[in-house]
Amino acid sequence: MTVRKNQASLTADEKRRFVAAVLELKRNGRYDAFVTTHNAFIVGDTDNGERTGHRSPSFLPWHRRFLLEFERALQSVDASVALPYWDWSVDRSPRSSLWAPDFLGGTGRARDGRVSDGPFAAAGGNWPIAVRVDGRTFLRRALGAGVRELPTRAEVDSVLAMPTYDMAPWNSGSDGFRNHLEGWRGVNLHNRVHVWVGGQMATGVSPNDPVFWLHHAYIDKLWAEWQRRHPEAGYLPAAGTPDVVDLHETMKPWNDTAPADLLDHTPHYTFDTA
Amino acid sequence: MPELSRRRALTTAAALAATAAATGTAAAHSANATPSGSPGSPDAFDEVYKGRRIQGRPSSGGGHHGGGHHGGDHHGGGFAVYVDGVELHVMRNADGSWISVISHYAPVPTPRAAARAAVDELQGARLLPFPTN
Repeated sequence: MTVRKNQASLTADEKRRFVAAVLELKRNGRYDAFVTTHNAFIVGDTDNGERTGHRSPSFLPWHRRFLLEFERALQSVDASVALPYWDWSVDRSPRSSLWAPDFLGGTGRARDGRVSDGPFAAAGGNWPIAVRVDGRTFLRRALGAGVRELPTRAEVDSVLAMPTYDMAPWNSGSDGFRNHLEGWRGVNLHNRVHVWVGGQMATGVSPNDPVFWLHHAYIDKLWAEWQRRHPEAGYLPAAGTPDVVDLHETMKPWNDTAPADLLDHTPHYTFDTA
Repeated sequence: MPELSRRRALTTAAALAATAAATGTAAAHSANATPSGSPGSPDAFDEVYKGRRIQGRPSSGGGHHGGGHHGGDHHGGGFAVYVDGVELHVMRNADGSWISVISHYAPVPTPRAAARAAVDELQGARLLPFPTN
């Protein structure tokens, strides 16, 4: 059974195996297909039109399935690997071990944002940025430059306290848990972390930075925490909503899974802590 | 990358042709206000920001994207933005704020602000045209 662990508690061997599996997916071309899929949805999901991956109730189940696909791909390389999660409310500094050279590498240099250490630095030759929106082919970051602070635990708790999963108009203007977690409204959790990392993480091709998966694994864990705090509340909307994925409607691009099938993560993985 | 360069050249040429056409109608657009379905549609703009030409104008979605833009329905709420003649994918949020594919998680008040944020983020790099972005 897959156990998703806090990245801060990984052993040196677990970090090494995770990095090696990610690099192998990059080498064999499977990694970039995930980047392409994400960008297609991010430019296609609109507030007044069809919306599936973002700015909509299915933001959470869509990313849960997307991460499952990626985790299964990693496990096809090394069956011992699970996605770690990054609790950015605790590990909130560029000096966190997450950004050390034995794991994701650090921030980018001032001149051009280029990441210069770690396994994903362009100089290593193992991490070409192929699916991109501009001419730059090297991984970039600017930790803490786009926004000074990562969300605090108190801010996370204020969002977890929201009793309703999502509300009409089911987009970036919504009140409720999903949109506050996504960050279009209120204290801003998920979106702000993308901006804090900077570089490709701030763009539509954000999965170019491997921290994308650790960020979303923690967003996914917060969904699970919210479910435990609000056992009476469920995914909304239930049915009949134009342009929006209802509880029992299947999601693109897989077309075989509905949010209802993804509400319980425990058939697929558990977390190291409750 | 000859394929990409050729496509980029074609898109740029199309954008420049569209610029010539749009320049004549920009005043009419601002005076006439509101294209259907986008109340308070922003005004066209055209400026050099940090050494790069940024332009924005209402877009009917017809014609000037050439064959590059899948779907044909522009998600900027009927507004197109260009950096040095290359279209920057922008999107209007429900609250009227804007984002671009270069700065997708940080809404700003106007499409001009989104274009400037993109120039800041690009640090001189060229933008890749649709459908790449």
